[in-house]
Amino acid sequence: MASAFSKRGEMTLREKFSQISWSLIFWLSIIVTIGVFMLYSAANASFEPWAIQQGFRFLICLFMLIIIALVDIRLVMKYAYLIYGVVFSLLIFVEFQGVVSGGAKRWIDLGPINIQPSELMKIALVLALARYFHSINSDEIGRPILLLPPFLMLICPVFLILRQPDLGTALMTIMGAGAIFFMAGVRLWKFFVITLTGLITIPIVWPLLQEYQKERILIFLNPDRDPLGGGYHILQSQIALGSGGVFGKGFLQGTQSQLNFLPEQQTDFIFTIFGEELGFVGGIILIGLYAVVILYGFIISIRCRNQFGRLLAIGITTTFFLYVFINIAMVMGLVPVVGVPLPLISYGGTALLTIMISMGLLMSVHVHKDIHIVFIGGFDSG
Amino acid sequence: MLIHRDTDRIKVFNRRAIFLGGAQALLFSGLVGRMHYLQVIESDRYSMLAEENRINLRLIPPARGRILDRFGEPLAINVQNFRMLIVAEQVPNLEKLLNTLDEIIDLSKREVERIISEVQKRRSFVPVTVKDNLSWEEMAKVQVNALDLPGVVVDEGLTRFYPEKDTAAHILGYVSSVDEHELTGDPLLQLPGFRIGKAGMEKEHDYQLRGGAGTSQFEVNAMGRAIRELKRKESTPGSDLYLTLDQKLQKYASNRMGRESASCVVMNVHTGEVLAMVSTPSFDPNAFNRGLTQKEWKTLLEDPRAPMTNKAISGQYAPGSAFKMIVALAALEHGVIDTSEEIKCKGYTDLGARRFHCWEEKGHGKVSMVDAIASSCDIYFYEVAKRLGIARISEMARRFGLGELLNIGLSTERGGLVPSEEWKINRFGEQWQQGETFILGIGQGYILATPLQLAVMTSRLATSLSVMPKIIKTSEKTDNIVSGFSALNINQSDLKIIRDGMFNVVNGSKGTAKSSRINVNGHKMSGKTGTTQVKRITIEEREEGLPELDDIPWQERSHALFVAYAPHDNPKYAISVVVEHGGGGSAVAAPIARDIFKELLKDYSSQSNII
Repeated sequence: MASAFSKRGEMTLREKFSQISWSLIFWLSIIVTIGVFMLYSAANASFEPWAIQQGFRFLICLFMLIIIALVDIRLVMKYAYLIYGVVFSLLIFVEFQGVVSGGAKRWIDLGPINIQPSELMKIALVLALARYFHSINSDEIGRPILLLPPFLMLICPVFLILRQPDLGTALMTIMGAGAIFFMAGVRLWKFFVITLTGLITIPIVWPLLQEYQKERILIFLNPDRDPLGGGYHILQSQIALGSGGVFGKGFLQGTQSQLNFLPEQQTDFIFTIFGEELGFVGGIILIGLYAVVILYGFIISIRCRNQFGRLLAIGITTTFFLYVFINIAMVMGLVPVVGVPLPLISYGGTALLTIMISMGLLMSVHVHKDIHIVFIGGFDSG
Repeated sequence: MLIHRDTDRIKVFNRRAIFLGGAQALLFSGLVGRMHYLQVIESDRYSMLAEENRINLRLIPPARGRILDRFGEPLAINVQNFRMLIVAEQVPNLEKLLNTLDEIIDLSKREVERIISEVQKRRSFVPVTVKDNLSWEEMAKVQVNALDLPGVVVDEGLTRFYPEKDTAAHILGYVSSVDEHELTGDPLLQLPGFRIGKAGMEKEHDYQLRGGAGTSQFEVNAMGRAIRELKRKESTPGSDLYLTLDQKLQKYASNRMGRESASCVVMNVHTGEVLAMVSTPSFDPNAFNRGLTQKEWKTLLEDPRAPMTNKAISGQYAPGSAFKMIVALAALEHGVIDTSEEIKCKGYTDLGARRFHCWEEKGHGKVSMVDAIASSCDIYFYEVAKRLGIARISEMARRFGLGELLNIGLSTERGGLVPSEEWKINRFGEQWQQGETFILGIGQGYILATPLQLAVMTSRLATSLSVMPKIIKTSEKTDNIVSGFSALNINQSDLKIIRDGMFNVVNGSKGTAKSSRINVNGHKMSGKTGTTQVKRITIEEREEGLPELDDIPWQERSHALFVAYAPHDNPKYAISVVVEHGGGGSAVAAPIARDIFKELLKDYSSQSNII
């Protein structure tokens, strides 16, 4: 594969370091700090077992973020397919060897840590697609044959994730990838065709879904149907949020979330604690903080002078957005319960790791924004 | 060209970035809108729902399965009890409440600390046990003062009860509250006051006995009072467990052994069913369920007679002369001695510079095999062991179940030890000595066996089948003929010699246990005594004359052993008795065995359906 990197503006490590956006790191740290306090509250005013560990993990991940930010973006691009390949093999490995938990096979047991390859796939796919579309110019993007490889890059892992079965992650992966297709310049009517095809296949796919997935979708459509069954979650989290009111009941004062109406409230349903204790005002502030991070992502993306960086940044930012949106919407009963964590706040190692790696990559795009990558893939020797 | 293409892309990108950003902003606004709806517009409705009408879920603990003896007599059952709980979220002032409670029912300082720490650890709506096993009087006091005791609930439940107290404690084990490290996924374990098996059958079969939780979903008001039950799923009680034990015999044996540090195993020689397995002193498992005080626990642990140890399966003893049947059988099988050959015993024999003594200092004179077993002559067996060598003795010992776990189903069971030449090299890095073969010939030295193994050995001698012990009753059938054990591959005529010897031990004129004979036809027993030294007798002691039993400190006295089966001509039951530091096997262990057999045969001979 012929590749030529422009030698213009090689950066020293010191220069790179000075380019890191410490203000973005500041905003991320604020969100994590809020999360640590929420975990403290979820454990009934105790740093054990979650808060302290989450804080500790964040510090490790932060260090990693900075290291990743310093990695040359061209190197990232060079290994994008390799990373995709490795994560894809992990997904296949899960298919055969994964740990079954809660009826689904999602984890690889690595002794002290568990890895959830479907989480990592979200980044790996963004990397691979960004690299692919980087090498396709605006004329070529109209040729359907050239859209086939990225489509397969998307559909193969999604198929495996659906088999786990993990509908939420699969949909999120599709939406994240869709954003890159869109930003790369794929014509809008093609999205309509694909979406329409998708809608038509719903009656075909429906019987293939797991019972609990069907149940979740049905409950979503009518949560009050059975308040003691599956709709219990949504109803209880709405009661918790709603009873919080405008200013909330005060930190550690939430009665609903402290009453264990919601199991696993330290993970996916942590926003209920936040909403109940800090109210509408607190909720707006938190959403605002997320919006700030997303805005940073868009700015980094638009300012970047190479297509790979632009697509990578927008892909990461959109994935981050999807995490936030789906989680909060799910907790408030706007979308079905799909098991998506609230980034930087929900307790959980893989989720935090995924977010922080992707933030590291975003930072790397920012640090290397002025680097031109005159790289035309296997389609042009220019 | 390149530049052109890139600017083109940038244009598209920027245009679409605004579109995408706009879409995301719109969706976020949607979240804010929804939040506004829930937390501002509908806030009152949800607050009301939250305050006044909550749905709570409570687990219903299952009744623990009972443990019953072979006749269905209860060994471990459940009895109703009352306990006091507090629900922290309903308590306005915990300290004040505990003070009030202290005035009513007297709480110790440690209990108060425990309650406070548990309240802090658990979620505020999870009830915490204040006191278990409330008496009627305490109940009444709490009810009378109910108004001053917000958040206090009296709960009616079932608790474990062992009606026979310490009689079968080592087999049953006990239940006790769940420790932090024992928490598994089972939510039952988090229930206040829930008990799980910590030892014995209660532990080994905990899962089967535990049963499955039921659930009760109910509406509660702001005070946490249940308004109505919405849905209920009854719990699944644990399954009952039938043991092969005979509670009556178990109790008799336990009383008979009294305060001795002793153990005995009684089993059916055909089925391997253990009818009694006693280890004394014992402990009261009810105390563990109730919760031991530090002092009680310390007393149990520091008692030199080890009440917590099930000596019948964990105690390992040199079998002493009770091992001589094995040596004799090996000798006959390998033809190293003839039944008619007599060996002269003059009280000692020499091997090089070392002198080996017979227990009978005066010597037995000329003895044949049957006499040697009956009178337990050591000199005879030194000679036989010398001719056999260690390997052939060990092989025979293993065939009779020594030196390996019998897997009775209790985790504290130990396997004893049958030494071999390789074993000694591996263990000590030394060669096997001939002198060690000598003392192996009289069941001393490295060899170790548990009372259970001795009972199994005796059953196998009685039946020549490879009997295995069992303590869980698998079927209701009490047929003692069905066994299914394979033959031991022992020459029946050889075995007859050994059995004659054992008969003479108890019934012959020279027998070491003749004072313990059962003089009822059809009930006569055959057996073998054993006395194993705990401390080696020094040459000086021998010269000064052996001291009287009462002059020896308890810990230095010999262990007394006795194994037997009965009736001698139609064996049904085997027994092994080991009295730690009891002195002589004939004086201490044999009478216990005799009395237990008498009790057993008295009862069972009157029943047409013999177990």
